[in-house]
Amino acid sequence: MLASLIGVLGDFDLAEDAVAEAFAVAAQRWPADGVPDSPVGWLVTTARRKAIDRLRRDRVLAGKLRLLEATERGAGQRPAGDFPDERLELVFLCCHPALATEAQVALTLRAVAGLQTEQIARAFLVPAETMKRRLTRAKVKIKAAGLPFRVPPERMLPERLGAALAVLYLIFNEGYAQPPATATETETDLAAVAIRLGRVLAALLPDEPEVLGLLALMLLHDSRRAARFRGDDLVLLPDQDRSLWNWEQLLAGSALATHVAGTSGPYALQANIAALQTEDWIDWPRIAALYRELAAVTGSPVVQLNGAVAVAEAEGPEAALAIVDALDLDGYQYWHSTRGELLRRLGRAQEARDAYRRALDLAASTPERRYLQRRIDETG
Amino acid sequence: MQYALLIYNQVGDTDGLTSAELEELSKEYWALRDDPAITGGAGLQLPETASTIRLKDGRPLVTDGPFADTKEYFAGYYLAEADDFDAVAEVAARIPALRFGGVVEIRPVMGGHS
Repeated sequence: MLASLIGVLGDFDLAEDAVAEAFAVAAQRWPADGVPDSPVGWLVTTARRKAIDRLRRDRVLAGKLRLLEATERGAGQRPAGDFPDERLELVFLCCHPALATEAQVALTLRAVAGLQTEQIARAFLVPAETMKRRLTRAKVKIKAAGLPFRVPPERMLPERLGAALAVLYLIFNEGYAQPPATATETETDLAAVAIRLGRVLAALLPDEPEVLGLLALMLLHDSRRAARFRGDDLVLLPDQDRSLWNWEQLLAGSALATHVAGTSGPYALQANIAALQTEDWIDWPRIAALYRELAAVTGSPVVQLNGAVAVAEAEGPEAALAIVDALDLDGYQYWHSTRGELLRRLGRAQEARDAYRRALDLAASTPERRYLQRRIDETG
Repeated sequence: MQYALLIYNQVGDTDGLTSAELEELSKEYWALRDDPAITGGAGLQLPETASTIRLKDGRPLVTDGPFADTKEYFAGYYLAEADDFDAVAEVAARIPALRFGGVVEIRPVMGGHS
């Protein structure tokens, strides 16, 4: 609904205020007059009228006259109650690369996912005032810089879609780093929010393999979230209690991953890797091959590092260590912890402990620090 | 909407070019002026030619410079008219400075919402 209004009005704040006013009118009238046949259509129409009233009051602001004209044109063209679904335009506006990443994330959560500013602030551990300012700044920039409210043309679409998916995945990972939400928190659990947004995007862009790939990846990861934590400790995949996995979600993710298998986008590849890793008998050579493909697509040494873990299973720790040692990732925690693990398996305990200690020095999160300390204590 | 495209060059970025190549480059900048989206602009002489004026005790004071130790300097600008940011960004992406490691700042012009 907000998307539809921002589309018509071309103004974020105006649309938000108008929606709030429309809800207030509804709260007064509906109990007495009954709920209209098309409640959403009624709200959009009412909000649009409220916005026009407000624009008339603000007429002195010359810039807004243009909006008024556009609004009246828009109102004339569209029969009441028949409003277009413009959530896609809204997603691309919120994830426009001319906005800072943190602003893209905040705007997407506010405008597309409908979270309250206070909820977003809590999720990112910043004061509500800070989040409010961040959103305001972003909205001012959208208007002043003329960021377009539309689905990008074909030639820009791959890049813009990549940016939008990156925002979704960022939101997801913010939630995924925490233990699963309790029932009362699910509304604002960022992993759940990202999956919800992923479903919306998948419904709007059903032919984009990367959209489906990302949704598959998030479903697969999230399905194992309850098994990923024991108290505050992190439990890695091979040690996870499979009865804690959300199998319904896992199967949905696997089916989607299969659907996009064979496409070469990074999310589709990662989803297929994640799907293979949940099987009873894990096809490590195939996983290692997918990682090679992913490394070629992304050019990322971190992907090569993850691929080395699959190589360790498929061909043994020696082959994996050769790959790892060739990577220039000295400042990266997981490079050291992976080396530690491979060295431990090769029986080089002293070197393994040293590597784990380097990883511990770099580790930020408490569960990870505890895991590494346990590893150091066990390697003897 | 109206935008200013502010061009920042890297110091010495075109040092290796022959005079023929520099001429070619200058033609490229002029050719952009023919793009319907570009409504104006100017290229500036090198920063060595700059002077600064400020008020000192209420009276204007002119000095040589500035010669800031930055690696980037303001080299010129275009004025552009475009429907939205994406449209102007596509024009800005064709400014030759980018190929030499320069950057272009895209700024909406005050009162430029038409």
